[in-house]
Amino acid sequence: MGTRTCGHKISYSEPGPGDGGRTGSWRVLRPIINLDRCTPAKRNTKACFICWLCCPDGVISRSLPPTINYQYCKGCGICAEECPMNAIEMVEEVSLIKEEK
Amino acid sequence: MYTIESGNVAAALGVKLAGAQVIAAYPITPQTPLTEKLSEFIESREMDAQYIPVESEHSALAVCIAASTAGARAFTATSANGLLYMHEQIHWAAGARLPLVMCVVNRGVGAPWTVWNDHQDSISQRDTGWIQMYVCDHQQIVDTVIKAFRLAEAVSIPVMVCYDGYLLSHTYMPFDIPDQKSVDGFLSPYRPEYALDPDKPANFNTVTLPDVRADIHGRMSHGYMEVRYLLQEDMRKAIDVAGDIEKRFKQIFGRGGEPYVESYRCEDAEFIAVSMGSLAYQLRDVVDMLRDEGYKVGIAAIRLYRPFPDQAIAKTLEKAKGVIVFEKALSYGYQGPLCADIQSALYAQSNGRKKRPSVYPYILGLGGREIKTGDLINAVRRVCTETSTDTPDTLGWIGLKI
Ligand code: SF4
Ligand code: SF4
Repeated sequence: MGTRTCGHKISYSEPGPGDGGRTGSWRVLRPIINLDRCTPAKRNTKACFICWLCCPDGVISRSLPPTINYQYCKGCGICAEECPMNAIEMVEEVSLIKEEK
Repeated sequence: MYTIESGNVAAALGVKLAGAQVIAAYPITPQTPLTEKLSEFIESREMDAQYIPVESEHSALAVCIAASTAGARAFTATSANGLLYMHEQIHWAAGARLPLVMCVVNRGVGAPWTVWNDHQDSISQRDTGWIQMYVCDHQQIVDTVIKAFRLAEAVSIPVMVCYDGYLLSHTYMPFDIPDQKSVDGFLSPYRPEYALDPDKPANFNTVTLPDVRADIHGRMSHGYMEVRYLLQEDMRKAIDVAGDIEKRFKQIFGRGGEPYVESYRCEDAEFIAVSMGSLAYQLRDVVDMLRDEGYKVGIAAIRLYRPFPDQAIAKTLEKAKGVIVFEKALSYGYQGPLCADIQSALYAQSNGRKKRPSVYPYILGLGGREIKTGDLINAVRRVCTETSTDTPDTLGWIGLKI
């Protein structure tokens, strides 16, 4: 038998970053924040952060400006849908990868 | 205290004595009077529990799974197609290692529609990872429900207590109601192995990957295969645990003591009948009558079906010339599942050592077809008088009118 260290009889985990694996690898659409439209970025005040509140994976920071952790962002698009300023655009990963190449 | 009541009421009394805290069930014949009785107990405050009405059996078991995960002792009951409707959740409860207890009031499975007794419903759930216990009379129903909670909680594996629809569920028999104080001494309050705790947040039964992977502390957490391996290991260990629990029960209540096989006149028997449920007690009459005719016969009732107590069963049967298996269920396209299990146990236990008993498989009583004692006598006598025991019959059907 290999290492058996966790000792649980069931699939058991404690919540923590990355517990569900690198969910960013599933992403088809990448949210990109347009800082010219984003309220806190524009005014340099801690305001709005609706995207931070709505992201189901908690990967958006409540910072100035807000940033997205693409290792875990799964590309669901909820942030883009909820942003009152339409500041978040969902861009196809394929086109970004092509560009990067 | 002695009473005369139906099998369903015996089960309800067991659940009440065991102090179940959450009941969720959907009525289905012949289980209905059991859940009605439980709701009466709760309504009249004789029982301090939550009765959660649901719209289906799938939800009934889902509620019990949730209740158990929240740390409550939970119970449900069903029959036939209701049990099959739970099927997905049945696997879930076992993989989640929740110590639920469920009474299965055995009934045939449609189509064609039938409300009468056979064992196809619970037998078809054999490979879900639940412990299955079968009982022969009303006393065993009430006692086994109480033992089932203790066993389930000792090994963190859910238990089905299976008893015959109508033959036991709706007939009235005298039985002793264990007193609450003794039950409390036998069954301590539920301390869940895995329960939700706001002070210690955790994810239970989340997706696993084909391989193991590190948890957030960097320890290896089990993958699917490890979780399933542990269920199998603990299932096998549950055989001994069930034995210890039976011993303890006998010390306190003075009855029982046969957790695996309940043998009747088997010690010197040349031919042993095997069955599960109330039929085993009917077969005692058959054994007595054939003994009077001079045949050395006995009857072994299988009480624990999963985990399969193969060693105890082989030990009971290995000295016999012939074993006659009477079954109310069928693995279509082959034979009765119990018969296959018994052959397998005999093969494994006596491999290379000596001659194994011949095994004679019979199917009977499907969809409540009457099982006549005369037919059973003829079947057993035929096997006893057969000249060559080397070639067992092909599958025999008793009471078939075709
Ligand atoms: S919701 Fe839109 S405007 Fe508000 S912080 Fe997020 S990106 Fe900026
Ligand atoms: S809401 Fe969805 S798309 Fe937006 S950052 Fe979170 S995970 Fe990514």
